[in-house]
Amino acid sequence: MKELVVISGKGGTGKTTITASFAAMAQNAVIADCDVDAPNLHLVLRPRIVETNPFYGMDKAEICLDRCIKCYKCQTACKFNAIDDDLIVNQHKCEGCGVCEYVCKASAINMIKSRSGDVHSSITDHGTMVHAELEIGEEASGKLVSAVKERTRSIALENKAELIITDGPPGTGCPVLATITGASLALIVTEPSLSGMHDLERVLQVTEHFDIPSIVCINKYDINEKNAGKIEEFCHKREIEVAGKLPYDPSPNMAMREETTVVEYRKNVLSEGIKALWERVVSELEKQ
Amino acid sequence: MSVRAMGMMKTNTETHMKIAIASGKGGTGKTTVAVNLALSIPDAQLIDCDVEEPNCNLFLNKELERIAESKITVPNIDEELCTHCGKCSEMCRFNAIATLPEKVILFPTLCHSCGGCILACPEYAISGKEKITGIISRSSNKKDHPMLYEGVLNIGESMASPVITELKRSIEPGIPTIIDSPPGTGCPVMTTLEDTDHCILVTEPTPFGLHDLKLAVKMVKIMNIPFGVIINRSEQENCIIDEYCDQENIEVLMRIPLNKRIAELYSDGIPFVEEMPEWKERFTNLFERIVNKKELA
Repeated sequence: MKELVVISGKGGTGKTTITASFAAMAQNAVIADCDVDAPNLHLVLRPRIVETNPFYGMDKAEICLDRCIKCYKCQTACKFNAIDDDLIVNQHKCEGCGVCEYVCKASAINMIKSRSGDVHSSITDHGTMVHAELEIGEEASGKLVSAVKERTRSIALENKAELIITDGPPGTGCPVLATITGASLALIVTEPSLSGMHDLERVLQVTEHFDIPSIVCINKYDINEKNAGKIEEFCHKREIEVAGKLPYDPSPNMAMREETTVVEYRKNVLSEGIKALWERVVSELEKQ
Repeated sequence: MSVRAMGMMKTNTETHMKIAIASGKGGTGKTTVAVNLALSIPDAQLIDCDVEEPNCNLFLNKELERIAESKITVPNIDEELCTHCGKCSEMCRFNAIATLPEKVILFPTLCHSCGGCILACPEYAISGKEKITGIISRSSNKKDHPMLYEGVLNIGESMASPVITELKRSIEPGIPTIIDSPPGTGCPVMTTLEDTDHCILVTEPTPFGLHDLKLAVKMVKIMNIPFGVIINRSEQENCIIDEYCDQENIEVLMRIPLNKRIAELYSDGIPFVEEMPEWKERFTNLFERIVNKKELA
């Protein structure tokens, strides 16, 4: 079983648009949305939820003030400044480490299991999809990404799927690291702006650091062909394949409004480009 | 209150105003708004809190100097004292320490620096060791406008929040501050928005933009931060974003049109207020409106 992750560094370069189209073209794949902070894939793949599992993030400390002897050892020991002078735990700051519970001599502190989101397994027109909802203000996106991935893998094994296609989050931090762990191939979607180029460079360093084979797609290349050329040159020097160059086109927004993918919406230069990109990705996956 | 007193109060609020630019969805134009707004406010400083992908300086080209490092404390185990009892692993809720019969393995990127393992070790075999996870820099020319502060998370590091906290600690108090936030609604964003006076949520008129705007709105409401919306790449009034903002009684602060010139300038790293001066005035007015609103509240 192979795992393709679509990431970008910079947000808004077209990860979800491309992932959704791949999902529509793939045979026997399971789809995962690992951008749990701002998930969008469900808006175009119209999943029908068949199973929801609660997601428990880190436990949260709760101080029983009746038992508390006001020694403030917990407040001193908490490295996250989550306990205020009235000995109330700030739920957003508490990272659930349990140090306060450990130092409390009065056994006044309990670590409470807290549901911080849901992991959904759904049916779409293009196969099974796993996606999640995180309660706002919950600080466990990396852990939730891992939960989504775990669920996806077990469904893929059950279904004897050959491929997992994952829509990743932007950035280079915790959720991205959780997303790319164990991936066979990363497709990095960039755009020909200075920001797109800078962020491509950083995210490539991340995939190299973790030894994930990577290929690049330049989306909206015709917005600035000079910069697109620079990206190609840069990739060539780094021996990274530019697997596709897609033109700017308004059809992703139109397809999105119709709740469908670009390749299903209309045959045009963009949809043909995405198809060609998909073929390149498939042959690259076969090599891995 | 006398007019004079109101005037003084205004100066006061203005100097202390911290405005964060956030979005939910990535790539909607946070950095564009942050940079152009900061350039339109005399004496403003700009703080790039998108430490995973800091981009403000691509538009400003400031010479930066390193002023601080963000450090976290990770465990350091004295193998001689360690009896492999496993109490540290038991204590660690982040799975950052695994104890094998004859070996302890650390996973520093999972460590949250809570200090639990140090407390739990009965042999006092664990001490804290500092690890640098990011770099904080600032414009080296003190006369720069805007003064730019930037944090960068080191490659391979997972936790952005400590870098953001260190960055926010390094900034100058008492001057108008524009903060470029990371995308999303997770911990790095909440760390960025903490203690800010106002939040501008930048979105685009697409179903993705609307969906993620709703998540961002929930977040700023929970955090109790006054906010308004900027619609970027706007094609027409009365779009899906307007409908939602109307319903929820959210102020649309500005519309930046879908415009080829603006997109080109962006792709080449040129702030559009520099080439389209009428926009500088619009951003200055926007800032004043936010300041005035804060005073009324």
